[in-house]
Amino acid sequence: MSLPVTPSQTIGPFYGEALPVPGGGEPAPAGHPDTVTLHGRVYDGGGTPVPDALLEFWQAAPDGSLAGAPGSLARDGVTFTGFARVPTGRDGRYVLRTLPPGGAPFLSLCVFAPGLSRHLFTRVYFALPEDDPLLPALPAGRRATLLATEDPGTHRGYRFDVHLSGERETVFLEFPCAGRTEESRPSGS
Amino acid sequence: MASEPLQEQLSRPIPDFTDPPAAAPANGAPAYDLAPYRGLPLRQPARPPVPVLGPGAVELTGPVFGPADVGPLDSDLTRQHRGEPLGERITVSGRVLDRHGRPVRGQLVEVWQANAAGRYTHRADRHAAPLDPNFTGTGRCLTDGEGRYHFTTVRPGAYPWNHHRNAWRPPHLHFSLFGTAFAQRLVTQMYFPGDPLVPYDALWRAIGDPVARARVIAAYDPARNVPEWSLGYRWDIVLDGPAATPAEGGR
Ligand SMILES: [Fe+2]
Repeated sequence: MSLPVTPSQTIGPFYGEALPVPGGGEPAPAGHPDTVTLHGRVYDGGGTPVPDALLEFWQAAPDGSLAGAPGSLARDGVTFTGFARVPTGRDGRYVLRTLPPGGAPFLSLCVFAPGLSRHLFTRVYFALPEDDPLLPALPAGRRATLLATEDPGTHRGYRFDVHLSGERETVFLEFPCAGRTEESRPSGS
Repeated sequence: MASEPLQEQLSRPIPDFTDPPAAAPANGAPAYDLAPYRGLPLRQPARPPVPVLGPGAVELTGPVFGPADVGPLDSDLTRQHRGEPLGERITVSGRVLDRHGRPVRGQLVEVWQANAAGRYTHRADRHAAPLDPNFTGTGRCLTDGEGRYHFTTVRPGAYPWNHHRNAWRPPHLHFSLFGTAFAQRLVTQMYFPGDPLVPYDALWRAIGDPVARARVIAAYDPARNVPEWSLGYRWDIVLDGPAATPAEGGR
């Protein structure tokens, strides 16, 4: 049995009272010494910062576990849940304070924004893994869009920008085992 | 539950939603613009998404939520303030399933909507309709062991938007859903049955396939009315993508 799936619809401009939560961008337990700070901006194809995007991150715990834990919407300051949700600010900027993922060295990132008919998946790599099935298949220039760069002069600070389109367009991903249907793809440019 | 098999229930186009006339009305006014919504051009990636092949991807697992995340009153949008919101009280309930019809259990469902006058609490909403001091229009719940969710709210109003001159959004609820895999993430909108605004709506029209278009329309279900209290709507949601536990027992 394969049921017809419910199609995506744009998140629209008015999700702000519903989805963002206090501490949503801070999955790292307060004061944890291994905390990394990832920050950057979301840009549209014209290079204008996107002030109304919502970013969701999902990742392995430092020990490589992908079990996750409840509490992402009401953090207790101790539990690492593996999930984060952070809106961009007026200048398109976001900040995530998290722990480094164990196992594969990347965060999974899902990008929502008004004017996007469907959310976009990408990854934030902190390092180039040796046996990654995705990265080697990409041209070097495109691969670079998935790499966070170390922030000189900061303690465990990294920068990662998202370009929704344009010359520096970020590599966005799909998961074919997901059996994605035609109507749920992003509608062209 | 309806006795009709789920497959047929979900695969049927909505019969009474036909294309509105595209021709200009006799009074010479411009024809209503039926162009489907394509989003903001500068926000659409030009390149096709790159497929991630093979199992074991982080995206085939996903976040988990629990009672720490969702309070028992979060699913009743009519009880978040001192007084009751104005409008027609409704319940919206249904099941969250994967493509194989298996229930998505214990997962997070979030909703947001305009009030009965068609106004969002959000500060960016400039529509000249009244705010309701007793209605925020946001809710959360977790699905139960059968994948069921349930919200009590008021029927939202229609509101104008800038897709083109005189464009109106039909009453709708925004839904956000998680599956067992992050790749199943879904944000979508639910519409009301028999609403004459729906076939004119550029966002609804952006869904090309008639079966998929029908999937975002709820059903009025008198069996779900609460007598002397609220009208019942049923809406089942099928998530695309892989389930993290394909071998799990049951359905
Ligand atoms: Fe809306």
